[in-house]
This record gives sequence, C-alpha cells and structure tokens, in this order.
Amino acid sequence: MKYLQNVATINVAPEKCTGCGICMKVCPRNVLEIKDKWAEVSDRDSCIECGACKMNCASDAIYVDSGVGCATAMINGILRFGDPDKGSCGCDSKSGSNGCC
Amino acid sequence: MVEKGNSVANSCCCSKPEIRKAVPFWQLKDYYGAVMCRVSDGFRNKYRVKPGLYTFGSPSAESDVFVTANYKLSFDLLRKDLAGIDAWILVLDTDGINVWCAAGKGTFGTKELVRKIESEKLNEKVSHKRILVPQLGASGISAHDVKKSTGFSVVYGPVLSKDIKDFIANNYASTSRMRTVTFTIAERAVLIPIEVVAMVKKAWLIVLLVAMALGIQKQGIMFGPMIHRTMPLFVGFICAIFAGSVLHPIILPLSPVRSFALQGLFLGLLCDGVLHGSGLFSGMSIYGTGSAYLLVAALSSYLAFNFTGCTPIANKSGVKKELRIAFPMYVASAVAVTILIVLYKLSCEAVI
Repeated sequence: MKYLQNVATINVAPEKCTGCGICMKVCPRNVLEIKDKWAEVSDRDSCIECGACKMNCASDAIYVDSGVGCATAMINGILRFGDPDKGSCGCDSKSGSNGCC
Repeated sequence: MVEKGNSVANSCCCSKPEIRKAVPFWQLKDYYGAVMCRVSDGFRNKYRVKPGLYTFGSPSAESDVFVTANYKLSFDLLRKDLAGIDAWILVLDTDGINVWCAAGKGTFGTKELVRKIESEKLNEKVSHKRILVPQLGASGISAHDVKKSTGFSVVYGPVLSKDIKDFIANNYASTSRMRTVTFTIAERAVLIPIEVVAMVKKAWLIVLLVAMALGIQKQGIMFGPMIHRTMPLFVGFICAIFAGSVLHPIILPLSPVRSFALQGLFLGLLCDGVLHGSGLFSGMSIYGTGSAYLLVAALSSYLAFNFTGCTPIANKSGVKKELRIAFPMYVASAVAVTILIVLYKLSCEAVI
C-alpha cells in the first residue's frame, strides 16, 4: 500500500551522511537503504514524512518536511485558522487534558 | 529554581514521588476499556494512566527500562506483552495519546523523556545507561540529544510490543519485520467503529433538522410525509458512511488510484449506481434524489479522505496536495446539496 507518487519531501545530503544507519533502523516503512556507505532514499512513495530519520540523524543529513498526514487536522486548520498546518484532530485532545486525578 | 519550576509544572495532587506497580494481568475493566477505546473517542481521550516510573515484577538495578505513553491502552498492551520479565516502565505524559500520535505531535518527545528520566531519578534506580523506546516514538525523540542530556542511550525496540520478547532474544535488535508497520485488514477494520460513531455524532442534529424542515407543513410536522420525504437523503447519508468509512478502509489495498479523496468518490459513485439500479428512489422528486446522489459521492469522498490520518501510509505533502482540489470541491458540494434540498422542499410543497 502506497500513497501519492513522488510527493514525499525526504532527501539525504550525502556529504553530511556518515552511514551510521540509524535512519534505516527508525524508519517504519523501509524508505531508506544504506548503499555504498551512505543512506539513500530507495522507496520515496512509501515515506509517510513522520520525521523519525531526521530526528535521529546526529549529523543532520536528512531533510524531510515532517508532520502528520491527517486531512481532518488540516481541514480543521483551514476552517478555524485559515492555515492547514495549525489544525488538530481528535487524536491530540487538549480538551480532556485535566490530567490530574 | 529549575527543580521548583518542574515541580510546579507537574503539580498534580497525584504526583507523589512513590513508585507505582504494574502487573501483567488484565482485569475485566481493562478488556472493557480496550473495546471502548475503539468505539468512543470521548472515552479514548480520557483513558489514561498516571505518568511516572512503574515497577514490573521485581526489577533490579540491572533490569531494562521500557518507555511508553500514558494512553492506558498503550500501557496495558505493554504490560501484557512483558509478562514474565522483571522491568521498569517509564510512562511519559502524552496527554493520554498513544506513542505514535504523541510522537508526531511532539508530546512523546525528547524534552518529556529527559524530564521524566530526571524527575524519576532513573540514574539512582538502575546501574546501566540503556532505555528501550518503542520505535514509533522515534519521530518525537532524538536519541543523540537524550544521550547528551542524560547519559542514557536510547535503544529503539520493535513497532509492536508483542515482538519485545523476540527483540530481546535477538540481542536487542529489531529485524526488518519488527521495524515495519503493517496495515492488515484487521488493523484497518478495528478503526471503522470510531469513524462511524464520530460521523453520526457530528451529523445527527443536521439530519434531524433537515427531516423537520422537510416534514413541516401548515398543519405542523406531519410524520408520514416527513419520513417519506427524508428517505432519499437519509438513505444517502447511511450509504455515504458505508462507502467512505466502512467499505473504503476494507478495500484500501485493492484501490487502483492512490488519492484517498478519489477512492472515496469512486466508492460513493458506485453506491449511487447501486441505489439508482435498485429503483428505490424511482418516482421521487429529481431535487430529492439529486441531493441524495450528490451527498453520497461528496460525503463518501470526504470520509475516505479523513481516513488519511488513521493510516500509516499517507503523508503530509500528499494530503496537502489532495486538499487543494478536495477542499473547494467539498465546500461546493455542501452548497449544492443545500440548494438542492431547498428546491426539494419547494417542490414538495408544490411551489415549483
């Protein structure tokens, strides 16, 4: 199962990559591969832009415009703030956030 | 000063420094909760455990530390799958959200992990410097930053807690299978009830108002005509939910197109075809049937598109791309359906 073709923003800067392989290990979709000692995007269309690789790359070699691919949140964002990036969905309830007993 | 700030931030009546105990067994209420989480988002959003450090079995200073979120279902699955292991469980405060969603939003994140390691004085509880973090938490956590701040090395465990024992047996390494998220038919089907319930909760009032508007006459609301007139729209509403929120997740891997909005649209049109072929609406006002057919197509597309956030396959850039066309289409459809319903009402009253 794959999503839209050629839209994922993930890229590896080979000059920064040390080939440590952590990106490959944290990727839940097998998007990256270590080839010739460097990480390479081998399956772009599987990338869900979760940002795990970028977060864990100590040499800052990965670029991805990460975020949650959630239409509900983006539509809420447009309706409430006129900006798809500002919305939230039911999965981040601040509403019930009285975490106290 | 910093310490004081922290204690104020966590100033819950329940945040005593004591260590809580977690057990592997599920009670009846845990099973009930696991089911309810899949049905009611209101229940799910309040289904929490207290953040902090828990003992599991009788952990020693050498025992492993497993990190999880304070969504109770995440915590329950972890403790069930850890049965037989002596360990520490470090529960981060994620506002009751599961690991992956919380990681995407940053609450299951480096800052909170570092804060909990410090506030729970983990370095006094264990003699080693290793913490096991679920792999899906990686999008919120920077392993190298945690190491820098606390000295603890983050080791990413498998995606699913049920693989933890294999992961340990494999010398604390995930295999490619353990690292990869799946989206099987069972994993998709389990998401259906909450989507359906959420939609019904959102729309029941509108359905009722439309029914009353169509049913109201000079003599008051006539029950018979109200049912008769509302039927196409009501059937359309049910069909749209069926197409967009039930059929769509099930047939997802078989779809020839990748756009969720289009997948939902095609399923909606398919339902329209079946409705039309069934002759259920034959003889009814063209405005009534027209609004119903449009409602099925547009609402099915909308519901399928909204499913993107529930899947481990959609991404932000793609949803944004779809949104540019889909959003104006939904607004236009909503306006068109409303106009058609008004015309339908007028035709029912023989005004037009």
